[in-house]
Amino acid sequence: MNDRIYLYILVMAIVTYAIRVLPLTLIRRDIKNSWVRSFLFYVPYVTLSVMTFPAILTATRSIWSAAAALAAAAVMAYRGKTLIFVSLTACGVVYIMEFLL
Amino acid sequence: MNERKSQYFNGIKNGIPIGLGYFAVSFTFGIMAANTGLTPWQAIVMSLTNLTSAGQFAGLGIIKTGASLGEMALAQFVINLRYSLMSCSLSQKLKEETPFYHRLLLGYGVTDEVFGVSVCKPGKLDPRYCYGLLSTAVPGWTLGTAFGAVSGSLLPDRLLSALSVGLYGMFVAIIVPPARDNRTLAWVVAASMILSLLFSWLPGLRMISSGIRLILLTVVIAGAAAFLFPFPVKEEDSYE
Repeated sequence: MNDRIYLYILVMAIVTYAIRVLPLTLIRRDIKNSWVRSFLFYVPYVTLSVMTFPAILTATRSIWSAAAALAAAAVMAYRGKTLIFVSLTACGVVYIMEFLL
Repeated sequence: MNERKSQYFNGIKNGIPIGLGYFAVSFTFGIMAANTGLTPWQAIVMSLTNLTSAGQFAGLGIIKTGASLGEMALAQFVINLRYSLMSCSLSQKLKEETPFYHRLLLGYGVTDEVFGVSVCKPGKLDPRYCYGLLSTAVPGWTLGTAFGAVSGSLLPDRLLSALSVGLYGMFVAIIVPPARDNRTLAWVVAASMILSLLFSWLPGLRMISSGIRLILLTVVIAGAAAFLFPFPVKEEDSYE
């Protein structure tokens, strides 16, 4: 059973690494096509938005603390605060709200 | 401090929220791994070699059912396919002459968070910046797993709950400022969130797994945006 688990882990690691590394090693030129360039420019904003919302609302123990954290993070980010500051603000809001609730 | 070092240390600094968030998520993973019957070392090795949340959680479920290695490979492929989209995007962020070994090393570290922080940084990407991010992200992910697997009751729920929102806070910090300064981007972000909400709510659409949902929405929305608003984007300048 033990060896079998390491085999599973090995398969997982190989598949995951292949998925990640192939585009990085195969696409070594700057793409000139303007649609592809624009597409790749939009990709991170779309993926991060989709990953954040609504998933953030179920990340904590209460939807309200999560919603408050989202609002606080959005305000701080809008004001141009740093990554760490925004992130820790979100954590702090959840911590305090779940303490009070 | 020279440019290479400062890139690396800058990465370490921006990696702190990633490391903290990872710690919280992988702590939960460690607990689940122990419950599935993995030894702490197996859980640690899995975290260190895979460095992915959804894939690892699904992996535990598959190990539990005793499925074949082929099924495991297929499941991992589907769940983690989104990374190849991110890698395509990252490939354009690197200088053309970035050596092969940097690409091989970087491939290890393409996670949602490392990708998000790296790709939205203005200008071309120095791999050393990513190594800095990984220097805090990987220990966070691995140590969290270790602590979770060894002692599931080490940290209070409330602290984990607070830390796990940190990754989303970081995403918000990445998305909001450029969306504030660029109306097109603001619409793209809004459309993404609304569609994501619909896909997690509406019957039928709700059945689509989160990995596939992410790929589907990314291809459709980014594709449409690229068609409707082809690169009016001022990022072009800082891209060089």
